[in-house]
Amino acid sequence: MDFEPSSEQQMLIDQVRRYVREEIIPLEAKLDPDAAELDPADHARLVEKTKAMGLYGIDIPKEFGGPDIDIVTRVLLAIEMAQHRAGLYVPCYGTFGGAGLAQIFEANEDQKERYLYPTLRGEKKPFFGLTEPSGGSDPARAIQTKAERKDNGWVLNGAKIFISGADRAQYGIVFARTDASKGRAGITCFIVDAGTPGFHVRRVVHTLRSSSYATELEFKDCWVSDHQILGEVNKGFAVANDRLTRQRIPYAAGCIGVAIAAHEMAIEWAKMRSTFGDKLANRQAIQWMLVDNEIDIRTARHFTLEAAEKARRGLPFRTEAAIAKLTASEGGGRVVDRAMQIHGGMGMTKDLPLERWYREMRIRRVGEGPSEVQRMVIAREILGSSLR
Amino acid sequence: MALRLRLDKPWRPLTAEVVDRLPGQLGVYQIADAKGTIVFIGQAGARSTFGLRSELQREASQRASGHQFRMEVNQQYRTRWLELLMVHQADHGSLPTDNAKNPPPALGRLSPN
Repeated sequence: MDFEPSSEQQMLIDQVRRYVREEIIPLEAKLDPDAAELDPADHARLVEKTKAMGLYGIDIPKEFGGPDIDIVTRVLLAIEMAQHRAGLYVPCYGTFGGAGLAQIFEANEDQKERYLYPTLRGEKKPFFGLTEPSGGSDPARAIQTKAERKDNGWVLNGAKIFISGADRAQYGIVFARTDASKGRAGITCFIVDAGTPGFHVRRVVHTLRSSSYATELEFKDCWVSDHQILGEVNKGFAVANDRLTRQRIPYAAGCIGVAIAAHEMAIEWAKMRSTFGDKLANRQAIQWMLVDNEIDIRTARHFTLEAAEKARRGLPFRTEAAIAKLTASEGGGRVVDRAMQIHGGMGMTKDLPLERWYREMRIRRVGEGPSEVQRMVIAREILGSSLR
Repeated sequence: MALRLRLDKPWRPLTAEVVDRLPGQLGVYQIADAKGTIVFIGQAGARSTFGLRSELQREASQRASGHQFRMEVNQQYRTRWLELLMVHQADHGSLPTDNAKNPPPALGRLSPN
């Protein structure tokens, strides 16, 4: 496969790269090193710019009014969008807009009117309620939140943890067990409005990602009607699983973007900094670290674009997505670590973005399926096909 | 195991003599009036010159005598600050008076146990 960007893709890449360097990074220099949002006036101004670029709502499908961006191009742009301090989790501070949750595009017409369109207009924000205190790596088996039939609806009881944005969302997608005897075929996906009686955001969960927090939710006799079922009863896991697989590709791209930014900083520093009468760049120990960075980045980029290309062609890409997520999150972590080492004491300070990337990149080896689960997915493919 | 949700350390007088001896670490703090009503919840972020010390020195120089403070050294000053604001809102139905004048955008809602 040829992964060289086409001239059209290169034009978009250059456009987004300029935007990050000329608009985002200068604003970021004035923000707290752990900031997760821009000043609202700056955000509004920049949204107008991304609209003028024709890239606002970048993840919205064309039929819903978004730009016509295929997943390979999306990956190339995601790599660019991540190349600033907050870029791993808040690429360009959301100024390219959001599409909400992919599952809502599968909603029925009534649900689209109530949730999808207001989300696309920026009037509503959703949360994704899957992980539970009983575990997140194997959600199909770990889900203990129950939904029981009552009064032409369902009563939810249980808890969710590590849920982002639930305290600020207007609604969320919540997975609950509707048939205890059927494993992953006994899970249903519900849309829950934030104000529903019995729905509580109980606490903030602080993590390494100190720019933002997750939340813990409780459902206590929380009644929702049949109209709130997304998809079909007992077919909720397919809804979750599709998202988890597809999400791994842009997730990997973000890691690559940050790795490139850290690597470029390390190269610049190595060329500038002298020790014992010579530039760091002339030391073999430093050169080898930079070489290893280059290899980690190229490896991750290759596998991520391969996964995207398969997805674009409509081919199965589950294994490729797992390889991409694994190489990008693990390789990205190594790159940031080496870049910090090359920077010495400065690399540990909040003066530079490296320490934030180091903390946030560590989460990437766990989020969206830990490395071990990715390896499990890949192993199934290898063993299932008699080692090819 | 959840961390402690509310700041429950003893109040200390917000005077130059006291705050000049504070550490320079990052963290969060609360300011109360003489009656013990919380009027402001603040953070000492990485852009502050000497962390909690410089933020509370500024507070002491700008507020009338009789105010009190309590603080918590915390590297996660941003999320802890937002958490304290949300907990205060849940406990009292509103933000502290001085935060209400300039609330953070899109503050979340908590209903802590």
